[in-house]
Amino acid sequence: MAAMLQSVRVASASFHLPDPSKLPVFSVCTLPVIRSERSSSLDPIHGTRRTRKVITKAVAAPAENSATAASKPGHELLLFEALREGLEEEMDRDPRVCVVGEDVGHYGGSYKVTKGLAQKFGDLRVLDTPIAENSFTGMAIGAAMTGLRPVVEGMNMGFLLLAFNQISDNCGMLHYTSGGQFTIPTVIRGPGGVGRQLGAEHSQRLESYFQSIPGIQMVACSTPYNAKGLMKAAIRSENPVVLFEHVLLYNLKERIPDEEYVLSLEEAEMVRPGEHVTILTYSRMRYHVMQAAKTLVNKGYDPEVIDIRSLKPFDLYTIGNSVKKTHRVLIVEECMRTGGIGASLTAAINENFHDYLDAPIVCLSSQDVPTPYAGTLEEWTVVQPAQIVAAVEQLCQ
Amino acid sequence: MALCLSKSRKFLAHLKPKMGVLGMMNLSSWSSCLSRKQASLSGNGRIPHAFFWNRPPLFTSRRFESVKADIQLGSLRPAGDPQVLNFPGGIVKFTPELKFLSDFPEERIHCYRVLDDSGQPISNNFVQIDKDVAVKMYKDMVTFQTMDTIFYEAQRQGRISFYVTAIGEEAINIASAAALTMDDIVFPQYREAGVLLWRGFTLQEFANQCFGNKGDNGKGRQMPAHYGSNKHNYVTVASTVATQIPHAVGAAYSLKMDGRDACTITYFGDGGTSTGDFHAALNFAAVMEAPVILFCRNNGWAISTPVSDQFRSDGIVVRGQAYGVRSIRVDGNDTLAVFSAVHVARKMAISESRPVLIEALTYRAGHHSTSDDSSKYRPIEEIEWWRAAQDPVARFRKWLEGQGWWTAQSEIELRDRARQEVLHAIQVAEKVEKPPIREIFTDVYDVPPSNLRDQEKSLRGTIERHPQDYPHFPL
Repeated sequence: MAAMLQSVRVASASFHLPDPSKLPVFSVCTLPVIRSERSSSLDPIHGTRRTRKVITKAVAAPAENSATAASKPGHELLLFEALREGLEEEMDRDPRVCVVGEDVGHYGGSYKVTKGLAQKFGDLRVLDTPIAENSFTGMAIGAAMTGLRPVVEGMNMGFLLLAFNQISDNCGMLHYTSGGQFTIPTVIRGPGGVGRQLGAEHSQRLESYFQSIPGIQMVACSTPYNAKGLMKAAIRSENPVVLFEHVLLYNLKERIPDEEYVLSLEEAEMVRPGEHVTILTYSRMRYHVMQAAKTLVNKGYDPEVIDIRSLKPFDLYTIGNSVKKTHRVLIVEECMRTGGIGASLTAAINENFHDYLDAPIVCLSSQDVPTPYAGTLEEWTVVQPAQIVAAVEQLCQ
Repeated sequence: MALCLSKSRKFLAHLKPKMGVLGMMNLSSWSSCLSRKQASLSGNGRIPHAFFWNRPPLFTSRRFESVKADIQLGSLRPAGDPQVLNFPGGIVKFTPELKFLSDFPEERIHCYRVLDDSGQPISNNFVQIDKDVAVKMYKDMVTFQTMDTIFYEAQRQGRISFYVTAIGEEAINIASAAALTMDDIVFPQYREAGVLLWRGFTLQEFANQCFGNKGDNGKGRQMPAHYGSNKHNYVTVASTVATQIPHAVGAAYSLKMDGRDACTITYFGDGGTSTGDFHAALNFAAVMEAPVILFCRNNGWAISTPVSDQFRSDGIVVRGQAYGVRSIRVDGNDTLAVFSAVHVARKMAISESRPVLIEALTYRAGHHSTSDDSSKYRPIEEIEWWRAAQDPVARFRKWLEGQGWWTAQSEIELRDRARQEVLHAIQVAEKVEKPPIREIFTDVYDVPPSNLRDQEKSLRGTIERHPQDYPHFPL
């Protein structure tokens, strides 16, 4: 969690999942990391590796960031609060920004991302809609064409499947088919992903369905820091942006800077630099990967973990540099195997960086099944750290 | 809303528009339509439809004071009154009668009309228009009709690939456009090119779009007849049915937030009213009190589906009440009726910030599109009767001539000139180059991202290597 390590003397950051008894809670300390030195000509895994110093910490502090954030202490908040903070700042900054969705008004949103906004900005700017996703998304598109900057909330991303027509045929297309005359600066956001026994219909991963739609951008947030930054960037973008949040990440806590910041929608995030293998992931799987990384480090591997963040388009620059360095790629995603983000990413890396690969790309995804309800079954449709460790070991043989 | 929940059939009779109170209003000139000043309207500016129920204050307070939303309706229950109960949604009176509301009214909702079939006004109950406006309306109707006919022929000759005519709906197009201002934003379906024509889109621009050439402001991206022009506040047509209705509601919401003296208008057919978007948009518009005019062109046919297979309600006008939206049924082939209805609807929509539903009864005298031959599912005699005997252009002309504002000579000149201009526009458009390759990749996003830049390079490379396979390709 490099993002959490912006400031050097920060108290330990921790994240809490809604059911702490089921998953381990761990803190990450920010002591400087002892990096082992190696020359590139040696076998990076077996050879002389074992005689060198062991990496003591799973997560490396990006040294270049530590100095800048030392002056301001920042403030701690949870991910959903970070989203709200970003949204509120943008609504303060630009009176055209408004929120449209079910129960976003005085109820504050089903995950409380819009809590307090209706009281502050009024009923018109934080609009409660009847239950018709296709139509209120259409409404937002119409409002965007005439000057507003709506943020559409899907109560659960899966419900936005009802809005597919408007998102693909109008939101994605009208800028193009009108010859550039009408822009649609909407943000479509909501919680998705596999939650805690929410049933198949509430465990959809829409990024795989939406990724083909020309004209939209897709980003996935995973930490309070990038959630706020991406929310702000999405609102300021002139293109329609779909912001994927994850149901289980809303209570992540992190210390973020007090000063205003906006992230780039097209950039991936280097979570943990490494040398042996590139692990590409996003959203909740980032945490499973980091947990696996701890185990891997103890076993002597040095994985490079990249949170790709931008699902459409891919940040092939960052990804490419990593592939050129490590020559091995593991993709860990929550999408289903068929037609998922991992499938597209595999194709893109193969096309562009084939010569740099020493092994076929491995993609760990959920199976092509609707998400079952039973806890144990659900746990095993989602990629678990143990599988990630096994895959890396396999890949690095 | 005790009144609207009353179960008696007599209430349906109250829906007959009481146009007697409309009175006469003068519009001095076309330019006054374009200006924001609402000159010379009835003095107090209130719409004289006092017989409509007053919105109960309960709903207004719930809508705009969200912090007080936790004050439940139960607290307002009248003490111990056995006749009513304060259910969520308002007070209802009880009745011992086990009676169902009828599925269909005894008499269908009446249809507002001004001119009879021979162009004679049947009453004085309409918004007066002066000569300049009337003549411009007529000229545009004729130009529109001519344009449709010739473009249709051009498609048959293979010069354009596709076209949609609005034969029989010229009055709807031009009269509704004339009753609006340029600030009102139009969200069309695809049979409303006349609205764009009224607003100043030139014949050459129409032709350019149909040929998809470099002069098309849509850059050759859409099918013919899918016009759009932000300059004219006319949003680009999308082929999807009824998706524009929620757009119009959202845009109206945007105008309302800005406090602008403008409304939005959206057009759709009888078929479009079956979609989910129609339902939700009407519902939303009512709940949000959005200033939108929802104009249904009930022309009897959705491709080959007649209205009897489309719905079983008394047309579309009765659905307004189901959503809490004011509605009116007008004769869609009567230019003055459509003009008056839209004019008054616009005032209502803006000054009272509410949606208005207009159902214009008409007939689709042409085919659904050039891909359709409607003689396969309806009798040719029926089509011919409507096209000839019920031609809205002819009916309006008769009225114009009755006013002394039009002559047979003007008619000949106009038709000739229109035909020449349309043909010329087609000839010019045919020769204009198509848009360059670059336009495949622009406007997908505000700036082409790296993958699109790569794809463009790849395509250009392919064309360079195999120029014989890509003739006439402007790079």
